[in-house]
Amino acid sequence: MGDEAPTIVELEGVTKVYKLGDVEVHALRGVTLSVKRGEFVAVMGSSGSGKSTLMNILGCLDKPTAGEFRLDGQAVSRLGSDGLARIRNKTLGFVFQSFNLLSRTTALENVELPLLYADVPAAERHTRARESLERVGLGERIHHHPNQMSGGQQQRVAIARALVTRPKVILADEPTGNLDSETSIEVMTLFQDLWSAGITILLVTHEPDIAGFAGRVISMKDGRVQVDRRQQPEDARQALARAVAEREREQAAEAHAPGAP
Amino acid sequence: MTGLQTVRIAGKALMRNKLRSFLTALGIIIGVGAVIAMVAIGDGAKAMVEQSYAAMGSNLLVVMSGTTTAGGAHGGFGTMPTLTWDDLAAIQREVPTIQYAAPQLRTTAQIITEEQNWTTSVTGTTADYFMVRNWPMASGTTFGPSDIDGATKVVVMGQTVVDKLFGPNADAVGQMVRIRNIPFQVVGVLARKGQSPMGQDYDDNVFIPSTTYMTKIQGGLKKYLQGTIMASARSADATAKAQRQITSLLRERHNLPKGADDDFSIRNLAEMASAQQEGTKTLTTLLASIAAVSLLVGGVGIMNIMLVSVTERTREIGLRMAVGARRFDILTQFLVEALTLSIAGGIVGVALGLAIGQQLSSRFGWPLLIRPQIIGIAVGFSAVVGIGFGLYPARKASRLDPIEALRFE
Repeated sequence: MGDEAPTIVELEGVTKVYKLGDVEVHALRGVTLSVKRGEFVAVMGSSGSGKSTLMNILGCLDKPTAGEFRLDGQAVSRLGSDGLARIRNKTLGFVFQSFNLLSRTTALENVELPLLYADVPAAERHTRARESLERVGLGERIHHHPNQMSGGQQQRVAIARALVTRPKVILADEPTGNLDSETSIEVMTLFQDLWSAGITILLVTHEPDIAGFAGRVISMKDGRVQVDRRQQPEDARQALARAVAEREREQAAEAHAPGAP
Repeated sequence: MTGLQTVRIAGKALMRNKLRSFLTALGIIIGVGAVIAMVAIGDGAKAMVEQSYAAMGSNLLVVMSGTTTAGGAHGGFGTMPTLTWDDLAAIQREVPTIQYAAPQLRTTAQIITEEQNWTTSVTGTTADYFMVRNWPMASGTTFGPSDIDGATKVVVMGQTVVDKLFGPNADAVGQMVRIRNIPFQVVGVLARKGQSPMGQDYDDNVFIPSTTYMTKIQGGLKKYLQGTIMASARSADATAKAQRQITSLLRERHNLPKGADDDFSIRNLAEMASAQQEGTKTLTTLLASIAAVSLLVGGVGIMNIMLVSVTERTREIGLRMAVGARRFDILTQFLVEALTLSIAGGIVGVALGLAIGQQLSSRFGWPLLIRPQIIGIAVGFSAVVGIGFGLYPARKASRLDPIEALRFE
């Protein structure tokens, strides 16, 4: 990504202090960060490093105690709860570790959900939700319920839901945390596709393999940015091909191993 | 989000848990059903009272003669004849608010046919009596002016007497009977009237011309009217006025000085009827209040289930907030769910209440009276219950912190 791309996420000296009884927990101790449009940033860090707090602030679910946060040019720190809800609806798309799909509700209805709160008329909602599901490769399963789908498929429904509002930024919080490694790589190919389509992606992970698919890695420690480096991303498709080949080799080896059932 | 969408989301959420939704609504169903049924029962009882008073006669005033006083002991009304036949004529002639007035001279006598006998109440009166009492003929005729003038020996019978003497559904008109051994011809049979509010059988009565009564049955003083005067006012509103007018007329005719007690008394049946109606009204209010308490309990049930639902769906709420639902959207969603439960329960409850009212009224033989406004009030009240008890859980849901909600296990 060139330097001429506009800045979409800008944090300036952001701190966050929680009060747990009498104890003050400094979750963020002054984070300054800027992300340009079209970047794919992986945020890493151990638990307690402040990466979840950072993600909540970036996701407009929480407000910083001090400091400035501008998203797409808007000073988010000054918005009320309805204003934040609007930003979450229009500008952001969320992907969660545990998918957070509504049970007993079809994939299509799940994907339509954000559009309900954007006052999109019913016919357009259906069309856009269908398109979004087709984009993540689930065009055939739009009427399936979450419990009729695999974990990878459920996460793809969740990604379709994040995409349906045509957001500028997608925030993914450990999106592969509940998936096996091959499915994880599959989901990462999807994120790389969205990246090449120009969507800014902020992804929290604690797995270095997953962070390897991003173009920039930020490491958090003790509420501060410890490392911020750009890297040559690994190609998820190639990784997937390798993983599939590996699995097939192992299966073949097992099948021919003496004493196998 | 539009209102319709909110309703649809709420409907879907409720349909996901059909049994629970039904059981929650059941509280409201029973509450509203009970209110509707109780009010219907109360109204039916009230109508019964009204009917039985109407059966006594329309806008009825009963004028009774005075009391005897012997050695300081007062005898009670009717013990001393003070009303004269001229008084009756004066009432008929001079009180404009009175439509009909008739004498009622009454004794008990045995009536005999060739096969049967029956002891019943014999009333001497005029044809106006049947107008006062609102009492149509079933067959035959009543007695006319010539019967009064000529003191003819004719009798008009109540249905019970006909049944006893001639058998059920027999045609008695034209038959001869003997009353105190004097032969009378049956000229008419009255329509069945049923029981008085005090349980007396109106139809266990026979009627003969007042003149015949005086000459053949009573004997004695002819100047005084040895019974009561039954009068009907022109309208229900006029009964009180008629009562005052008769009072002043009779006081004047009896030459009573100012300050002296009346030597007669007047009973206003309309007043008695309204007093009894007040009683049934109080009963209706009591029953409906008890039923309303069960509606309140139903509301608590809604609150309970909504609170459980909010806790269960904490993650859903968090997700909805994350994808752009405002606090107001969450508030209305849960409020509409509570409202849907309570209004749906209210509507089913109305149906249930009507069915119960129908059953009970047909069992007790009451008319089924459903006031439309009661249905409106019951459904409206259940909606208020839904909002009232849904508000707290809905507020609780809308105030969740989305981060906490998404993390909720």
